[in-house]
Amino acid sequence: MDLHIVWFVLWGVLWAVYFMLDGFVLGAGMLHRVLGRNDSDRRVIINSFGPVWDGNEVWLITAGGATFAAFPTTYALMFSYLYTPLLLLLFALIVRGVSFEFRSKEEGAAWRGCWDWAIVLSSFIPALLFGVAFGNIFSGLPMDQAGYHGSLLALLNPYGIVSGLLFVMLFAEHGALYVAVKSTGDLSHRAENLAKTLWVPLLLVAVLFLGYTNFATKLYDNYLKAPVFLVVPLLAVGALVGVRMFLGAGNALSAFAASCVTILGVVGTGVIGLFPNLIPSSLDALYSLTIYNSSSSEYTLKIMTTVAFIFVPIVILYKIWVYRLFRERVTAEAVAADHEAY
Amino acid sequence: MDVLTLSRLQFAVTSMFHFIFVPLTLGLSVFVAMVETRYVLSGNEMYKRMAKFWGKLFLINFALGVVTGITLEFQFGMNWAEYSRYVGDIFGAPLAIEATVAFFMESVFIGVWAFGWNKVGRRFHAFSIWMVALATNLSGLWILLANGWMQHPVGYVLRNGRAEMVDFLALITNPFGLLKFGHQIVSGYTVAAFFVMGISAYHLLKARNREFFKASFTMAAGFALFATIMVAVVGDFHAADVAKTQPAKFAAMEAVWNTCNNAPMHLIAFPDAKNECNLVSALPVPGLLSFLAFHDSNAEIRGITSFPKDERPPVLPVFLSFRLMVGLGTFFIVVAAAAFFLAKNGLLEKYPLFLKLLVLIIPLPYIANQLGWIVSELGRQPWIVYGLMKTSDAVSKSLEMSQVVGSLAGFTLLYGLLGFVDIYLLVKFARKGPEETHVGATGAFGN
Repeated sequence: MDLHIVWFVLWGVLWAVYFMLDGFVLGAGMLHRVLGRNDSDRRVIINSFGPVWDGNEVWLITAGGATFAAFPTTYALMFSYLYTPLLLLLFALIVRGVSFEFRSKEEGAAWRGCWDWAIVLSSFIPALLFGVAFGNIFSGLPMDQAGYHGSLLALLNPYGIVSGLLFVMLFAEHGALYVAVKSTGDLSHRAENLAKTLWVPLLLVAVLFLGYTNFATKLYDNYLKAPVFLVVPLLAVGALVGVRMFLGAGNALSAFAASCVTILGVVGTGVIGLFPNLIPSSLDALYSLTIYNSSSSEYTLKIMTTVAFIFVPIVILYKIWVYRLFRERVTAEAVAADHEAY
Repeated sequence: MDVLTLSRLQFAVTSMFHFIFVPLTLGLSVFVAMVETRYVLSGNEMYKRMAKFWGKLFLINFALGVVTGITLEFQFGMNWAEYSRYVGDIFGAPLAIEATVAFFMESVFIGVWAFGWNKVGRRFHAFSIWMVALATNLSGLWILLANGWMQHPVGYVLRNGRAEMVDFLALITNPFGLLKFGHQIVSGYTVAAFFVMGISAYHLLKARNREFFKASFTMAAGFALFATIMVAVVGDFHAADVAKTQPAKFAAMEAVWNTCNNAPMHLIAFPDAKNECNLVSALPVPGLLSFLAFHDSNAEIRGITSFPKDERPPVLPVFLSFRLMVGLGTFFIVVAAAAFFLAKNGLLEKYPLFLKLLVLIIPLPYIANQLGWIVSELGRQPWIVYGLMKTSDAVSKSLEMSQVVGSLAGFTLLYGLLGFVDIYLLVKFARKGPEETHVGATGAFGN
């Protein structure tokens, strides 16, 4: 078995699962002020992901760590080339994490309003930046033997912006559905309606993204070579349509599941299109970072594969268990009565 | 100032800030787990309240520890790309394993613990805080194995223009990393024990919740006594290992300028780096330094002047940090012993001055921890990987001055602000005491 390919797949899976899980926290965070009309609503929203958000973010840390361990050259160049957007991302993630913890620690309206806006911004910024970063990775970074020739503004090219919007819309939809599933009464209804409203622009951005990808990237080449993989983008599109159908049928839980599949499918579509590159060079394919020229040694890959094959299933098991443990809907009464809630 | 200096400064700021929260997390997780176990075993509700009260402070501290940790992982790639590329084959592995093995476990069980009081049985609830404590300490182990490799590289070959791993077992049994881990976790326990003793002392002085805080104090005093003694014992082994593996750092720690046998330990000394000698050195104990380093009073200690000038660490800050750390460590043992004796004999409230002292010295173990890292990391300079790669070769090539200036300013501002809010909240809830956190809707998490 080619361990490079194993780690490429794992790399893609880690990112996809991260976006699926943290996507709804980012989305719910973005919509926090819109959906939460009063303090009680807002607390319900935060507590709906309270027990799990930290675990969701660990997928990002693991994706970063796995890139470092399996593809150190990619890790080094990707993180130093994308310095400024990553920095903004970091700041946002830092603020988001403490906002959840700090918000409930004081009663004052000013204090809570301040952290509310911190939550909104620090959820929106990562969603946008992840999209912009991945869009630019899909289309390739301007790098050659002399290094990187881009800048922050160059990252904000039209395709990067479309990708950013796609991520924002995907996560907003995902977050609205999550709140619909995890809350009750009026808040749940409003979230469901918002998900219906957001679905239309999401579809438009998704279509624009798929079309634009044909011109801005070489992602589709792999699908022409091996059409069997078309099943992944088709799944993404099918699941996106499914979201609306389930919503129409009043089944928010199924809509949320379909939204999960959509996100996995979108990321999968990009990752399959990249293979065997991790970051293509937009200047000359010779300088693309591939799973072969940027990887760790066979020995390290072997060690890491052993670790991954033992621990990833265990992780998945207790993640499923914890989601089951906290599967109940969060109510305003429960939050008000629970001293441990956010 | 150049990109290298600013990147080093940024790493110092972000890692030291992260490290305000880590030691308390290491120790307080274990302390809360012990308290909650006592609750499960005795059924005494007071211990449940203790777990909740100290647990709340734990969570406020934990939040900042988590979010500032991500910065460090990202930063290797952002500011130290050449380093990441050169050693990623070997250095990336422990970081990835830490995330897979420790962080997932920690994040899942912290959720169960914080939100699961009414969802899982009390035995299982206590089990989850033990899992958090285990995961926290486990993550420390992987980080210190990674750091230990930077300090004393093992199990690698230079191939394909980089360091490649050839012996994973050597990496995870690296004595340097293991000793450092041992020294660090008990230092973290010391921080937590003094934190709990200090806050308990504050409430005992105010004569509030006496039973509650006496019980907290007594448990913490036992924890402190164990931890402070272990810090010294493991620290001694660690220093002896440093003498063997990093002679330049050891020489700087002790301000030994010239190579000598039967090296004395000067109880009072002050180095003068310019003239490569000690300005003051008095009260020598003959042969003690050789004995401490190699357990042989005749052993040779290499002096700083035996190293090329461009391979010497900055002597004065390393020397001072080391002396101050050891001095504080010794002081902690004395205080912990006194606290334990007084608490066990029910004499605490007879000595209000001692209680006041305990409140005042809450920050000292934190400082000792930071000093330890200064010794460790500054003492390793100019190497980023000891003897293998210099820090100056490790910095990202594509970085521009403006980027690092911006990020350093951003980190300083953001961390300053968050640190302020965090300390404000810690003090607020520490002063409130357990009653307020327990009553209905006006509770800390309430409304």
